[in-house]
Amino acid sequence: MKETPKIKISDPAASKAGLWEWLNHRTGVDRLLRTALYEPIPGGARFAYVFGSGLLFIFISQVITGVFLALYYVPSADHAHTTVAYITKAVTAGSFLRSLHAYGSSAMVIVLLLHLSQTYIYGAYKGKRELLWLSGCVLFALVLGMAFTGSLLPWDQRAYFATAVGTNAASEIPLVGESLKRLLRGGTDMGTLTISRFFVAHVFLIPACIFALLASHILLFRKAGAAGPVSEDPYTPQQKPELFYPRQVLMDLSLTALLIIGLGALCFFMPIQLGPPANPADAQYIPRPEWYYLPIFQWLKYWHGAASVIGVLVIPAVLVMAAIALPFLDRSIERRPWKRPIAMGSYAFVMFVLGGLSLRSQYVDKHDPGVAQQLAKQKTDEADYMRKPFEAELSSASLTAANVALADPIAAKGKTIFEAQSCNACHGDGGVGTAAAPALLGIRAKYSPEQMEQLFKHPTAKMTAGGMPPIDLPPDDMKSLIAYVESLK
Amino acid sequence: MSAQDSHSFMDNPAERESSGEDRRSFLAALLGVGGVFVGALLSVPLIRFALFPLIRRTTELKSASVGPLSDFASLAEPIMRTIQIEQVDGWRKTVSDKAVYITKDQQNQLRVLTSICPHLGCTVPWNKEKNQFVCPCHSAAFAKDGSRISGPSLRGMDALETSIQDGQVLVRFQYFRQLVSDKEVIG
Repeated sequence: MKETPKIKISDPAASKAGLWEWLNHRTGVDRLLRTALYEPIPGGARFAYVFGSGLLFIFISQVITGVFLALYYVPSADHAHTTVAYITKAVTAGSFLRSLHAYGSSAMVIVLLLHLSQTYIYGAYKGKRELLWLSGCVLFALVLGMAFTGSLLPWDQRAYFATAVGTNAASEIPLVGESLKRLLRGGTDMGTLTISRFFVAHVFLIPACIFALLASHILLFRKAGAAGPVSEDPYTPQQKPELFYPRQVLMDLSLTALLIIGLGALCFFMPIQLGPPANPADAQYIPRPEWYYLPIFQWLKYWHGAASVIGVLVIPAVLVMAAIALPFLDRSIERRPWKRPIAMGSYAFVMFVLGGLSLRSQYVDKHDPGVAQQLAKQKTDEADYMRKPFEAELSSASLTAANVALADPIAAKGKTIFEAQSCNACHGDGGVGTAAAPALLGIRAKYSPEQMEQLFKHPTAKMTAGGMPPIDLPPDDMKSLIAYVESLK
Repeated sequence: MSAQDSHSFMDNPAERESSGEDRRSFLAALLGVGGVFVGALLSVPLIRFALFPLIRRTTELKSASVGPLSDFASLAEPIMRTIQIEQVDGWRKTVSDKAVYITKDQQNQLRVLTSICPHLGCTVPWNKEKNQFVCPCHSAAFAKDGSRISGPSLRGMDALETSIQDGQVLVRFQYFRQLVSDKEVIG
């Protein structure tokens, strides 16, 4: 008889002591960290490479602060402004978190421009990096989309009018412009549907795209490898590599620390303002976009009538196409900026034009006394609004003498009878209905005053079963009560 | 964890030098501790923000004045007053008018009763002839001080919390469960 071999059950992890080994054996966290941190960087770590992870940090911060802001925010024209005012003025740390989210969007655009500039100037889009560049272009557009959709959500004067101008610009596009504007706004005019659309885009659609694109951007970056300094070959790196950890990590973290300190101080000492609620009837208000949209804003001013197609569509489209096609057009492996006069020249030109347009826009505003005065007034209005304490919104269920001021004195008397006879106990204040009895709103469509009197005096069996007592009132009072019930809408 | 048999990421495959590894694991530990510290610091405003409704009551009922104390010095029978109650619920508030009775209890102390019948919630009027509160819905009757006399109600009319501030009688309006014998606050 053969002896059955004993099965040796052993857990390799058990042989090694320590939580780290156990965790590592179960999760493979070690390999994960290795992969993440041992990325070789040709030519060594540099401060020029810190912007990508800076962007990742701001993005995570935006996601977290955004989720928290959604704890109190309501995306509707009725409540958006009140809820943002509540966050800003009432909730602890609310002003700080909202500021962090709003300034974070500006920081995102700044660091994005730095990241893009570094990539462009270092020729880091060259070689096998076409898709990496492309995904970056899409991410750029998505970030601008986040900024645009997010700026409407507070629904104050600034937000409302800036978005009105922004969506109006879309209508300048020939043929589809008008439809595009209506699609963005959810109708001809800006309203509660616009907020819903912008909210869905800002919170669901664009973030989902950013997550997907970000993942592919990082994946493509790791596949292509870090480009290294300008003297490096974009296809096969020659220079001695240094691993991402620790020196580059520390450099990246120094930017993160700078961002935390800078944004933290800004949010603490100069919290973002909230203006008075949007008032579409305000014909005086002069809208101004966020600083990063100023160049486009100024640019659009120069194009009117038939020529506007060129300015609004053709030139921007050519620029965007050129940016997208860049790694396909520029196939040379030369990365040193001083050997790439066309690339550097066009970069300088575009930056010069954008900066110039921005400055021009501010100059024009400052030197038009009417505009400058109005803009100053708008600023004071915002500051005044910020000083007022938070005022809770009066719910529509509120019944005050003021909002049930009845035009008809007979019906007004009927209201006191309605309450004195305890009709409101079951039918609810203002006849809105309760669990005990149905609502009386709009009942005039169902019964004539005569039928109603009949029902009041002689309730049906069903009504009696539900607890409705017969009402016996002097004729005048009965008339008033009926007039009141008829007035309920 | 010794530097030799360590399998952690602190191992640098490119540079296997034990002193370098020690430096690296020290740095990793430092970064880990620093990261946890900064993360904790950054989450302080987040936690304060999320816990705001727990720290401060966001659903509250503000006390309303029924009038100056001197008005009720010589009360012969219960008088009805309409108070405006404001119920704050986060960023919204509901304002509604509620009728209350100001009366005296057996010790001649001021007492404010809600006009809502503890039976099924009808508004109870004061009946001068009978010198009783009589509910129009199911004829529950209550004495001048609100105590139950007869009818379907299982308890007397509900007294509200009152306080006196600067000579004004303030009342805190509340709703009570119907159809039970003990006064039980709801909502």
